Amino acid sequence: MKKITVISGKGGTGKTTVVANLSYLFNDLVLADCDVDAPNLHLLLNPENRDAEVFKSNKLAVKDQSKCTDCGICYDVCRFNAVDSISYDIDSYKCEGCGVCVAMCPEDALTLKLLDTGEIYNSTTRFGPMVHASLKIGSDNSGKLVSEVREKAAQKAEKLNKDLVLIDGSPGIGCPVISSITGVDLVLFVTEPSKSGFSDLKRVAQVIKHFNIPALAVINKYDINEKISKEIENYLKEEEIELVGKISFSSDIVDSLRNAELIVEKDQNNNVSREIKFIWKKINKRLKNLN
Amino acid sequence: MKITVLSGKGGTGKTTVSVNLALSIENVQLLDADVEEPNLQYFLHPIFDKEESIYRKIPEVDQQKCTSCRKCVDFCEYNALSMMIDEVLVFPEICHSCGGCKLICPENAITETDRELGVLKHAKSEYNVDFWQGELNIGEESSVPVIEALKKKIDPDKDIIIDAQPGTTCPTIEAVVDSDYGLLVTEPTPFGLSDLKLAAKLMDELKIPYGVIINRAEKDSNYIIEDYCNINDIDILLRIPFKRKYAQLYSEGIPFVQKEKELKNHFRKVFKQVRSVVDEKNHSN
Repeated sequence: MKKITVISGKGGTGKTTVVANLSYLFNDLVLADCDVDAPNLHLLLNPENRDAEVFKSNKLAVKDQSKCTDCGICYDVCRFNAVDSISYDIDSYKCEGCGVCVAMCPEDALTLKLLDTGEIYNSTTRFGPMVHASLKIGSDNSGKLVSEVREKAAQKAEKLNKDLVLIDGSPGIGCPVISSITGVDLVLFVTEPSKSGFSDLKRVAQVIKHFNIPALAVINKYDINEKISKEIENYLKEEEIELVGKISFSSDIVDSLRNAELIVEKDQNNNVSREIKFIWKKINKRLKNLN
Repeated sequence: MKITVLSGKGGTGKTTVSVNLALSIENVQLLDADVEEPNLQYFLHPIFDKEESIYRKIPEVDQQKCTSCRKCVDFCEYNALSMMIDEVLVFPEICHSCGGCKLICPENAITETDRELGVLKHAKSEYNVDFWQGELNIGEESSVPVIEALKKKIDPDKDIIIDAQPGTTCPTIEAVVDSDYGLLVTEPTPFGLSDLKLAAKLMDELKIPYGVIINRAEKDSNYIIEDYCNINDIDILLRIPFKRKYAQLYSEGIPFVQKEKELKNHFRKVFKQVRSVVDEKNHSN
């Protein structure tokens, strides 16, 4: 079983669109939406039989006011400015649940409470099982939820004997992205030819290099700026990242998105559909050559 | 007045809105708080004149003093410490720098060293915008301390525009939490709508007034965003049309208002409308 994570650095380059269309072509796989901050894959794949489970990993310091003597030690030791300087109340947004105040409180007035981080869904799509999640608004620790979604999808694939787990990642280079690529066999970058898209690709590619994961790339909307597309191609060559295809800027793809449809399914002869099919073949070839 | 530009979904046009708004008004300071992928620089062409490192503290274990009691390993909520036979190993990337292990160690075997987490850069950009950018170092996981440090650069004599990270978790919250107003940028797709709802929920929870800017709006497209905003009584401040030309300008890093002066008036109107909402709120408080 192989795991591929699709990421981009920059948001809105087309990760989810590519993942959804590829899942139609792969046809028999396990899907994971690790963009728990803004999960969208379910909007294109309409999963059914959602069974939801609460995921708890956030911790929060909670004060027992009857024991508190207002000594202020919690305020002194907290490095996250989560303790108010006058009332010594805990700010739930700022508290990172590290437990330092709990350990240092001489009156045992503080405890760490486990909170809901979000919900995890085990669903079914036309192309196989899908694991996704929703993060509680304002919740910390999305990294742990991402890891859980990724793990659950892998376990499912193992159990059902599926060959592939396709993971939709999140934008950026920080904690959720790192959690979504941990232990995967391959990363697929979806980038776009804009100065910011290119710069963000380089930053996220450095992260992937750091973790030593082989990577492939797709340039989406490549004809918006062919000069930058060329620069991206040269960069990919230098970095030994295989370019598996380019997708043209087309209102057809925007239209199908608006109607929550998959373009490869709806119109097989469409130019964009052909481009995506080409990408799918290239990825398949690379998957076969992975050890 | 402090305005934060945010969105649930990435790539909807936060940076576009931030830069075009900043170039349409006077006496403004622009902060790039999307520290994982700071992109305002590609529109402002800044020549940076100041640079400051942001550090965080990482524990260091003196193996001579360590008695392998495991107290630090058991204490760490983030599993950033682990016991390898009889030595404590530190994983700096996962460490949240809470300082707990150092306080807990009965042998005083733990000290802390500084590790660079990111940098802040300042420039007076070519469009005469006072510009600060936060940048998270590659391989680091936590953006929040960089955003916190960035916000210390706020000039109280100016109007502030903050470009936030996409999403609804800690880095976005840190950027927006003490703002007077949130500009929510979205696009008329099911993705845009779904993520707008999350961002709106966050703003409701934080009790910050907000309005919506629809990017890539098409004349004859569906009105899913408009319908949602109407039902929920949310102001729509601006529609930026879907044009191939805009996509090309964006790709080159050219602010739209430089090419279409008329758009400047639209952004000025947005700013005026935001100001009146904020003034009204301050008045009633």
